[in-house]
This record gives sequence, structure tokens and C-alpha cells, in this order.
Amino acid sequence: MSTASVPLPRWINYAVLPLLNLILAFLVSGLVVWIIGENPLEALKLMLTGALGRGEGIGFTLFYATNFIFTGLSVAVAYHAGLFNIGSEGQAYLGGLGAALVALALDHYVPWYVTMPFAILGAAAFGGLWALIPAWLQAKRGSHIVITTIMFNFIGAALMVYLLVNVLIVPGKMAPESRTFLEGGQLPKLDWLMAMFGMKLGPAPFNVSFLIALVMCFLVWVLIWRTKLGFEMRTLGLSRSAAAYAGIPYTKIVIITMLISGGLAGMMALNPVLGASARLQVEFVGGAGFVGIAVSLMGRNHPIGIIIAAILFGVLYQGGAELSFDMPNITREMIVVIQGLVVLFAGALEYMFRPALVRVYQQFTKG
Amino acid sequence: MDFFDIVVSILGSTIRLSIPLIFTALAGLFSERSGIFDIGLEGKMLAAAFAAASAAYITGSPWIGLASGIGVSIGFSLIHGFASITNRGNQIVSGVAINFVAAGLTIVLGQAWFGQGGRTPQLPADGRFGPIKLPGVDAIREVPFIGPIYANVISGNNILTYLAFVAVPLSWWVLYRTRFGLRLRAVGENPGAVDTAGISVTWLRYRAVIVAGLLCGFAGTYLAIAQSAAFIKDMSAGKGYIALAALIFAKWKPVPVMFACLLFGFLDALANFMQGKQVPLIGEVPVQIFQSLPYILTCILLAGFIGAANPPKAGGVPYTKER
Repeated sequence: MSTASVPLPRWINYAVLPLLNLILAFLVSGLVVWIIGENPLEALKLMLTGALGRGEGIGFTLFYATNFIFTGLSVAVAYHAGLFNIGSEGQAYLGGLGAALVALALDHYVPWYVTMPFAILGAAAFGGLWALIPAWLQAKRGSHIVITTIMFNFIGAALMVYLLVNVLIVPGKMAPESRTFLEGGQLPKLDWLMAMFGMKLGPAPFNVSFLIALVMCFLVWVLIWRTKLGFEMRTLGLSRSAAAYAGIPYTKIVIITMLISGGLAGMMALNPVLGASARLQVEFVGGAGFVGIAVSLMGRNHPIGIIIAAILFGVLYQGGAELSFDMPNITREMIVVIQGLVVLFAGALEYMFRPALVRVYQQFTKG
Repeated sequence: MDFFDIVVSILGSTIRLSIPLIFTALAGLFSERSGIFDIGLEGKMLAAAFAAASAAYITGSPWIGLASGIGVSIGFSLIHGFASITNRGNQIVSGVAINFVAAGLTIVLGQAWFGQGGRTPQLPADGRFGPIKLPGVDAIREVPFIGPIYANVISGNNILTYLAFVAVPLSWWVLYRTRFGLRLRAVGENPGAVDTAGISVTWLRYRAVIVAGLLCGFAGTYLAIAQSAAFIKDMSAGKGYIALAALIFAKWKPVPVMFACLLFGFLDALANFMQGKQVPLIGEVPVQIFQSLPYILTCILLAGFIGAANPPKAGGVPYTKER
């Protein structure tokens, strides 16, 4: 008799299981730190104070979290329709092109709040279009979306390097990047928001994109759980044949879902490109597309969960940077290890603890 | 340099660049033919490269390097197996996790152990797999046409290169001429039937995954201590994904896998050669075109425009016995 199908209450499924997996991921990470010859508790303390100790640290943490909310939502939306979008990285990269082109075109003429809506549209359109071909291939030609989106990550990276080196580069400069946007192409920082809590933002690039990300969380929640389209997406995600019987058009839903997913990934670019560096650079995505997979898994594909998971990963990124500064023996890549372990335990080994939990739960409910 | 010398030089680097692809794609072949998708090939190759370079540096023996590379790679394979076979987890997620862990861990450990920014120290010549001179090279070198090709393309490679070309027919033989191979292919198409025949699906898949680990171990070792003389961070640089593309391109068959890898290796060699050179009528061809060509070709193939590429039917689906 399998314990896999025994229903567990929601609080165990949505809180205890992810928490156990997370703790396990951190224990293994602690083991790695210990093998290197550093004190894991000391490292954890440095990480937490680095990420949450001062206003500047919090600003950086929320800046990273903003990236991860967008990419986490991107992965989650596709996931609800049963599609595993592994291409958020490439879609975010292309989204950067869309946002940058808008900023480059408008920054001379209008203030940022006029540029912003166009930049959002540009980023979402380019990200969405980059997801369109894999979506079409999945819907019409039956190619596996995981493979095509991986391939499109690489094609996107090659395309962007070409554009930055040969087209958008500032003549006479060596660095493959676009010109710096003027103020009309930059998203303002949220220092006033931090000041409300009595904290100084300092040089941290925490900006308006964060608020856009929160709005998107709300819109995604409405879309998935409060609209007909969302219902159709979830039906498709649960069972393709059930969706077919219900007369839900497969091709249409797949394509619309991936356009939304790619669009959300593309909007991630607003944060680093328009909010932080004010120019289009190589590798500004920096793996956020892949972190989105971990965030979406951890957050159980729900916007609230995604916000929490994104902040957790923001803490990891900012804390990890501080940690590598204070303990030179531990490099920044430690966060990549932790991230991998979170994906492993929260995603692939999701149900490892389940049989044991079911037994414990049955013991308690019986007695 | 005349035209013939250019051809010989490009052929030579085609071989060098294809070897890690061949090993890795064969690894993917065994795994995916048994029904376990493996996008963690990249990570396993990287981890193996690091282990091989570290062990070869510490012991001074390339063979111990090879053994370590294989050992570590199989270890990662077993994690993938545990997640996707025993725990019936999502195979794609597990593969992504393995790539992350390998990418991070190699740099973290490399920095902690050797303090060179994630690299391993340079290996001395006898810590690596050096070139092997095939018999009769000196005698035949001066023969026009055949001589230079034999001396510079076929001879003078290291032992892992020759092993890669042995691994191709060997894989074919194992898959198509042994009982294990027959069952392995069957379990990737219809695990229920294999189970009904009283053969353990779990154990078969575990063996397939271990073979994949073994082959990725060769690939990583080749990168670190045969082609180069040290581990450099992220040295696999997407080769695991190219191998995956080659595997699809070859429609999950061993001999076509070799040709697909040689083709992708050739594109890479050509890209290196063409960098900064003018082509008549076209002008300078951007390197990025060659770099993305394998991926573009794979997408076109997957779309069924150049024949259908059908993956093993049970691929990616965990097998549940009691339903």
C-alpha cells in the first residue's frame, strides 16, 4: 500500500513539507561550509546580518527579490498549464533588449513615468515573443517545450552578444554594452519607501520595479484563480485529455500561457536594466531565470509563496555576497550550491519525507 | 597556409572538440533510452572535470584522475537516480539541480582547496593524458595527402580520444546485441511490459543511469586533463546541452550520435577558425551564428521539418508499479 496518495492537510503540504526540504538543503550547505573548514553557524549569522542588518543590505535583498518574483511568476504561470518553462533566462535577456530600446528611444524627450509603461510593454513583448516560437513548436509540432526553451536560451544569448558587440555598442568603447540611459530612461529608487521604515537605502538599487512586481503578483493571482482563462490553464495542467473533453483549445491555451510566461520573464529586465545599471549589459540576467525555477517550486506556484521564496533567495544572494567578503574562503558561488540544493530537495525530492509524515500524521489523528 | 593545411588543422580541432560531446551524448543515450531524461549531463561533466583535475594534481597520476572523475560523476548520477527513480521526482528539476550544485560546488571547493579563484593548479605533463604516436607515423608522414592526415588528425591524440571512438560501436553492441541492451530499450518504451516480464524496472534504470555517469566521467576527465592541463571554472561551457542537442539530432541512436557530435564539433572548429576572417561575397560571419547553429538545427529537427525525432515513449515519466 502506498502512502503517496493519502491526503494530508494543507498546512502540512504547503508549510511543513517545503520547510523540511528547505532545512535539509541548508543542512547540506552547512556541511559544505564545514568541509571547507569554516563555521557554518558563523557563516549563517554573517549572511543574515549582511542581508537584513542594515537598510542598504535590505535594499539589495529586495532588489534581488524583485528579479526572482518576476522569473518565479513566469515559471509558475507556465507550470499551472502543465508547461515547464526553462527558458525564463533567455526570455528575460530578450526582455532587456525590449526595455532598453524603449529607454534609448525615449529618454531624451520624456520623464521616467512616461517611459515606464512603454518599457514594461517593450520588455513583456520581447520576452513573450522569445517564448512564442517554443510555444508554437510545443502546441503545433509536438516538440518538447523543455528542450526547445533550453535551446532558445542559448540562441538568445548568442543573439544578444552579437547585438551588444556589433550594433548597440557605444562607438569607440570596448565594453559590450549600450549607452547609459538619461534620467528619462531610468526607474527611480525607492528611498522614500525605506525612509518610511526609518532606514537608509544607500547605494542599493532597490527601485520602482519592486512595486511593478507586486502588482504582477496580484494580477497573476487574479488570472490563475479568478478568470476563465486561468481555469482553462489549470484544467490543461491537470489533465490534457480532460481539457480536450471540456472543449478547451490546447493550441490557444499553450500559446497564450507561454506569451504571459515569457512576458513576465521579460519584465524582470526592468529591474537590472532600467532600475540599476541604466544600460544594457551582457549577462545582466545572471541566472535569475533559473532561480525562478527554485522560487516557483518553493512557493508552490502561488504568488504569495513566490514573494516569500523570492525574498528568501534575495537574502541568499545579498547575504552570500557579504559572506564572501567576510570569509574569503567561501566564494559567492556558495549561493549557487544552496540554490541547487533547494531545487533538489524542494523540487526533485519533494516527496521524500511524505511517507514518514503520513505515518506520523496518522499516529496523531488516530490517537 | 595553403588550403590543405587549413583542412587538416580544422579536422584536427574537430576531433578534439567532438570527444567530450561524444562521451556525454552517449551518456545521455543510455539514460534516455531507459526512460530517464538527463539534463544534468552538463553538471556531471563539470563535476567530473574538477574531480579529475584535483586528483591528478594531488597524486600526479592521470589514471587516478580518471577514476575520481568517473566516481564523482556516478555519484551525481545516483542522486539523479534516487530522485527520479526511487522518489519519482521530476527528472527535469533534478537535472537542473545537479547542474546548479556542480557549477557552484566546483568553484567553492576549488577556491577553498587551491586558492586560485576556482581553478586547479596547472598539471605537469605526466599528470595528463598525453598524445599517443601511432605506429608508422614517421614513415608515412611525407606521403602526400594521406601522410599529414594520418600524422596530424589520426595519430597524436590521447588515449581518451581513441576510447571515445571505441565507445561508439561498443554502445551500439551493448544496446542492440545484448540482453541488457534489449531490456534497457524496452524499459524506455514500455516499462509496464518489462515489469510484467518479471524484470526490475528500478534496477535496470539505475544501471542505465550509472552507465551515463561513467561516460560523463570520461567526458569531464577529457576536458580537464587531456585537452587542458587544469580545471577552469565553468569549463564545460554548455557542452552538456550541445550533447543533448546532438542526441536529439541523432534520434537516440549510437552511430548517428557520433556523426552529430562530429558535426557540432566541426561547427565549433570552423567558428574558431573563421573568427575575424572575411568570406568572399558575405563578409565577416559572426561567430555567434556558428555557436547557435546546433541549437537552431535541433529546434528545426524537433519541429519535424527534417524528419521526426521521437524520444523514447516512457521518457520523463516515473514508473509506478501498483497502478
